[in-house]
Amino acid sequence: MHPQHWMSVASPGLYCRPADLYIDPMEPVAQAVVTHGHADHARSGHQHVYATHQTLAIMTTRYGEEMAQHTSGVDYAQSVTLGEPDDPVVMTLYPAGHILGSAQVLLEYRGARLVISGDYKRRADPTCPPFEIVPCDVFITEATFGLPVFTHPPIEHEVDKLINSLQVFPHRCHLVGSYALGKCQRVILALRQAGYTKPIYLHGALIRLCQLYQQQGIELGELIAVNDVEDKATLAGEIVIAPPSALADRWSRALPDVRTVNASGWMQIRARARQKQVELPMIISDHCDWPELIQTIEEVNPSEVWVTHGREDALVYQATQMGYKAKALSLLGYEDEQETG
Amino acid sequence: MEAFSELLEQLYFTSSNNAKAALIIDYLKRTPDPDRGWAIAAMAGTLRFDFFKRNTVKQLMLERIDPVLFNLSYDYVGEMSETVAHLWPGQTDAPSQGLPSLGELVEQFSTAGRQQVKPLLAEYLDQMSAAQRWSLIKLGTRGLRIGVSARSMKQILARYGQTQVEEIEALWHGVSAPYTELLAWLEGRADKPDISEEVTFHPVMLSHPLDEKTLTAIEPAEWQIEHKYDGIRVQLVSTANGKALFSRTGDDISQSFPDLLEDIHEHCVLDGELLIMHGTQVDTFNQLQQRLNKKKPAKKLIDSLPAGLMVYDILADAEQSLTALPLAARREHLQRFIENSASDRLHLSAVWPANSAEQLRERYNQASDDTAVEGLMLKRTDSHYVPGRPKGLWYKWKREPKLVDAVIMYAQRGHGKRSSFYSDFTFGAWQDDTLLPIGKAYSGFTDEELKKLDNWVRRNTVGRFGPVREVAKALVIEVAFDAVHPSTRHKSGIALRFPRFHRIRWDKPANEADTLETVKSLMET
Ligand SMILES: [Zn+2]
Ligand SMILES: [Zn+2]
Repeated sequence: MHPQHWMSVASPGLYCRPADLYIDPMEPVAQAVVTHGHADHARSGHQHVYATHQTLAIMTTRYGEEMAQHTSGVDYAQSVTLGEPDDPVVMTLYPAGHILGSAQVLLEYRGARLVISGDYKRRADPTCPPFEIVPCDVFITEATFGLPVFTHPPIEHEVDKLINSLQVFPHRCHLVGSYALGKCQRVILALRQAGYTKPIYLHGALIRLCQLYQQQGIELGELIAVNDVEDKATLAGEIVIAPPSALADRWSRALPDVRTVNASGWMQIRARARQKQVELPMIISDHCDWPELIQTIEEVNPSEVWVTHGREDALVYQATQMGYKAKALSLLGYEDEQETG
Repeated sequence: MEAFSELLEQLYFTSSNNAKAALIIDYLKRTPDPDRGWAIAAMAGTLRFDFFKRNTVKQLMLERIDPVLFNLSYDYVGEMSETVAHLWPGQTDAPSQGLPSLGELVEQFSTAGRQQVKPLLAEYLDQMSAAQRWSLIKLGTRGLRIGVSARSMKQILARYGQTQVEEIEALWHGVSAPYTELLAWLEGRADKPDISEEVTFHPVMLSHPLDEKTLTAIEPAEWQIEHKYDGIRVQLVSTANGKALFSRTGDDISQSFPDLLEDIHEHCVLDGELLIMHGTQVDTFNQLQQRLNKKKPAKKLIDSLPAGLMVYDILADAEQSLTALPLAARREHLQRFIENSASDRLHLSAVWPANSAEQLRERYNQASDDTAVEGLMLKRTDSHYVPGRPKGLWYKWKREPKLVDAVIMYAQRGHGKRSSFYSDFTFGAWQDDTLLPIGKAYSGFTDEELKKLDNWVRRNTVGRFGPVREVAKALVIEVAFDAVHPSTRHKSGIALRFPRFHRIRWDKPANEADTLETVKSLMET
């Protein structure tokens, strides 16, 4: 049966009726599948949550043990049967390549296959397995960077900019704004790969998630909490990572001669970078850029594309031009991804 | 070109003026002539011609991308150069080497024939990185906005040559890109360029708005009090080499006002207000507008709306510069000059002395009743003529603005720093139960209010026309403006002068906003 008859957009989010299952709901519900741990997808208070083990660990780290009444950890490629036993919905999670634990959701019902991409990217990311192409009838894709102006440069190139800047301004503290989950750890790893071995200093809001990554076996090198540094003047010439919201607040005033850096896909648009008073924009994204969105649609090759979560107009238009049936799904509550972009 | 692009990139993201100056001085030191001089011109906005038109860039882009995707991208980015920089096919993130120098680019584009410009531009865009493309388009369309004003460029040059900014100011309009002579002098390799006989603009002295605190501290007898006329500030320059009329920013507007220049034969530099004058009778600003931007005004127009100059200062009389004299002494020169002038288009701006605070306030009230003026000018009688906006010497005391409550109808994204905010608003007044647009405003709100307005627009959009959003007719703003004039360009039949936000009335229901009738009643006749 065509997914349009069993999938709908309800106020908590995308809903699969025969499984009584919400995907990344914004409000507490009976049954939810959570694609990944970013706050605009993972909320606390559901009765029963399905997610990868890593995503559940992230949610517990963020919201505490009480984040849901029941949880079911699911491995990639492991199927779960939901709904009526004589009319089941089979759900399977596949890697999305977005952040640690991120997953796409495949729902199979009465012979039709629907894939919800969640947030995803196609670039290599040492913290998670790469995005997998899952053949399906309907592909629901995100479109955070769904405009042809967005083409993300290689991360090595962007990290080099930071390392160069440290050489040009050896006495300035390089304060790097970066989202606490995923982006922060990816930036640290890229710095390590570029041969940066000095300790990296962290804002308090990043520490627990970095520890979680380390527990999951991801090697981040020596990390020191800024709060543990007695004499902040010694941070001259060092790298400090903080959430983007902390770049301009009181906290950063204690740091010596700050050079403001920000790691985000949005940094490609100059005016946006300058508006945030960023002196060194690093274009690093955990989402697909435009060519990758198109490449993915071609490779998945569904009979229909539904677009959500971002700049739908352009991608719907493009998919239509490519010969796919396409429409925009207007889901509320997913913000402009200022933080997670 | 590589070095220039890199400089722009760094300047764009540098906020401190001091750091910007250091970057530019470093660039001047390591860049040869004429490249560095062209760079100065590009940043200070003194390039005389466009390399190519914005529309050419757009056409080239549309040959390479679907127009729907182009428009969606442009609407999002809010700015043409950057949109094209990112959309141009063949992304290379490694900045290209082996591009022509800035001087070569200027040479190539200035000599390229009509048919050659497009292929030339396309060829370079193909070779460049996104950042370089952005620089070239900004440079070529003279749209650089990197937070370096002409004024700060002069300060930077003064710092570079270890001289006073006034020295640079005085020379600025007599020298031109690529500034080889000027740079040679600043580096101590040549004499100061001689510009005394050039018909050139002299930077003007500007006033500050008068606040209550200053007003109470003022000793009226020490001040020259004049009417502030509602025209445009101009400078009339006449030397043995020719004559010209400049706007206050130094644009040559001589062509539009041949009648004013006709009978001027003396060597002089005059500072005054350009007005439409029938003998000594001053006409409205609205009438003056009919004559602005007319490259070749018809004789009929000139005869029916003759230009006059209300002169209030004199910077040079014969070959003598007067800027170092106090205003009182300049005023004597000016009086004599006007008496002896053969031109009947020159009028001496009258002074209205006051001996006490009460008398001064009376002068202000009288001025506010006169529709040809917009308030008073107060100038210290001992003030030298100092270019720029020196503190404590000249004040403008403008008439109180008029206010109406209007309803926001459309919003459009701003430019530059504001390109991601809806910051340009069209507002309207009621005629029966329809709203008619009466003006546009994009200032008068705080950054905080701008964010709230932007958010409101996004949540209340009811229609889209390209970059313009139509919004629910629900938000009332109190608009301040200086005057209402009749206008055939607007359906409402009126136009406001200097409309700006006064207050946002989040509390006020739209149906309680003012009617068009009320707004019209504020018109002066
Ligand atoms: Zn995410
Ligand atoms: Zn997301």
